[in-house]
Amino acid sequence: MTAPPLLRVEELSVRFRLREMVVRAVTDVSFELRPGRLLALVGESGCGKSVLASTVLGLLPGNAEIRGSVRLYGNSARGGASSPSSASGPPDGLELLTASERTLARHVRGRRIALVPQSAATALTPVRTARSQLVETLRELRPDIGDRHREADRLAGRVGLEPAALDRYPHELSGGMAQRVVLALALAADPDVIIADEPTSGLDRPLVERTVDTLRELAGDGRAVLLITHDIAAAERVATDLAVMYASRIVEQGPASEVFDDPWHPYTRGLLEATPARGFRPLPGHPPSLSALPPGCAFRPRCSQRDTCTGDPALVPVAPGRALSCARLPEEGRGARGPLTGSEPIGERSC
Amino acid sequence: MLSVTNLTAGYRRDHDVLTRISITLTPGRIVGVQGPSGCGKSTLIRVLALLHPPRSGDLRLDGETVRRFRYAAPAAQRRRVGVVFQHPRAAADPRHTLRRIVSAHLPAGAPGTETDRLAELVGLTPDLLDRRPHEVSDGQLQRACLARTLGADPRYLLCDEMTAMLDASSAAALVHLIKAQVEHHGRGALMVSHDSALLDACCDETVQWHDLGGPPAAPTGR
Repeated sequence: MTAPPLLRVEELSVRFRLREMVVRAVTDVSFELRPGRLLALVGESGCGKSVLASTVLGLLPGNAEIRGSVRLYGNSARGGASSPSSASGPPDGLELLTASERTLARHVRGRRIALVPQSAATALTPVRTARSQLVETLRELRPDIGDRHREADRLAGRVGLEPAALDRYPHELSGGMAQRVVLALALAADPDVIIADEPTSGLDRPLVERTVDTLRELAGDGRAVLLITHDIAAAERVATDLAVMYASRIVEQGPASEVFDDPWHPYTRGLLEATPARGFRPLPGHPPSLSALPPGCAFRPRCSQRDTCTGDPALVPVAPGRALSCARLPEEGRGARGPLTGSEPIGERSC
Repeated sequence: MLSVTNLTAGYRRDHDVLTRISITLTPGRIVGVQGPSGCGKSTLIRVLALLHPPRSGDLRLDGETVRRFRYAAPAAQRRRVGVVFQHPRAAADPRHTLRRIVSAHLPAGAPGTETDRLAELVGLTPDLLDRRPHEVSDGQLQRACLARTLGADPRYLLCDEMTAMLDASSAAALVHLIKAQVEHHGRGALMVSHDSALLDACCDETVQWHDLGGPPAAPTGR
C-alpha cells in the first residue's frame, strides 16, 4: 500500500534548561515522512515548529535535552541512485539523535536530508555570487561531478531560475529569486528528505504558490517533504498530510484534505477560521509561553468549549489516519467508529 | 484628507520608482492597495509618511501642502501620519523592552498608565511588556509596533504589508484592531498588501496598483 517511511519521529520531546526556567519546545511529537508525500506542519509562531526542524538535523544548541527517536531510512523507491551516500544503510534506519556529528555532517545533512531555510536572502553569503555558493556546495557534496557549472545551471533550471541569475550577488536577487537559489542549494545532492522551514514568509502570493508547488513536485519525484509554515493557504494548496502544532504538541494530524474539510480540534478550527477566506476571526488571547505551559490541555484557556471539557491532552487515533489531542472527541469520530483503542502508535496511522 | 496627486519619486537619479501616482485617504475609511512585490508600494508609503521627498507631485495633509520631509517636516505634520511596517523585528530596537517600545511616541512625561492603556488596546498582556523583542513572537511584537504608532494619535495609519510575516490568527487580530481604530477614532488607513483575500476582507475600497498611475481622472484642488 503505502511506501515505507523515510523518516520516523517517535515520542520526540525537546527541552531547554535555562538558568531560571525550562522551555518545553517540543512535547511527545510523532510523525512519519513517506516518499511522495508532503506533510505540512502548521501553527502559530512560537509553537516549537522550527525547533523540530533543527532537532531532526542535529542543529540544536548544547543545552537542549532531547528524548525520543528520529530514524532515517534508505529510500528503496528511488534506489539510492542519487549519490553514494544515500545508499540505504541499516534496515532499522539510522538513529539521528545519537548519531555523531561526523556522521551527520558527512552523510546526512545536505546529502540525505536538506534544509530550505527561512528568509532565503539572509541565508546566503552576501559577498559571493549565488553561483559560487552553489558550485562550492556541489564540490563538497557531489565530488563525482565533472562540470559543476553546467550542473549548477541544471539545478537552477530545475527550480525555475534563469541560469544568468546565478551570477548575481544576493542583494541583487529579489526575494523570490533568493528563495529559488536556496532551493537549488538544497537539491544539490539530490536528498531524499527536504525540510522547508517557513520557506515562504515575506513572499507575495504568486511566489508563495510557486515555491510550494515546487516542493510538491519534489515530493512527487519520490522524495519526502516536511513543510513547516504558518501560511494556512499555502499548506492547503500542496499538503498531502497535515499536522497542527500548538504549544509544543501536535494537537491534530491526518490527511490534509480531511482535516481542512472537517477540522476536529477546536484549535484547528480556530486557526482555519482566522484566514481571510474562512471568516477572518482571530483566536482570542495569546498562545502560552513555552516556558510556562499550563498543566493539561494548553489550549484550554483559549478554547470555546473549555467549560464542558475535562482537559486530557494525549494525542490518540480517532479514525483511520487521523489523530486528535482533545478531551472532547468529535461525536462522529466516536459514534461512527466505535470505541477507540487509544494505544495504537500514531505513526502507523498517518502521514 | 491625506492625498497625493501626480506623484513621481525614486532613489537613483536615472530611475523613477513611482510615476504620476495619485491616491487619497479619508478619515473613517480603509483603502487597500494591491500590487506585486517590487512595484513601489513601500516607496509610496514612505512618501505619504513624510519619510522620502518626492521628485514631483502634490502631497496634501489636511489641506496643507507638504513641502518638507523627514526631520525637516514640522512635528505636527509628522505626528499626524503613523506607519506600521512589514518586519516588526527590523522596526523594533532589540535592546528595548516592549514597554519602552510601546511608549516611544507618547509625549514626554506621559503617565505609565498611558502605556498600559495602549498595550491593552492591542491585546498585549502586562507580563509581555517586560520582555524584549527576542522573547515574544512576531505577532506579539507587531502588536507592540502598532501600539507605538497609535501612541502618537495619528490621523492616518499606513500599513505596509503589516501581516506578511504573521500567522493567520495574529494577522486577523491586527487587521481587526486597525478596523476598530478607523471606525471608532475616525482615522484614515491605507492597507498595502499583495494579498487580495486579506484586502477584500477588511477594506472599504481596494484599488489595483496599476490603476493608481497615469493622470488622475479629475484634477484635485490645485
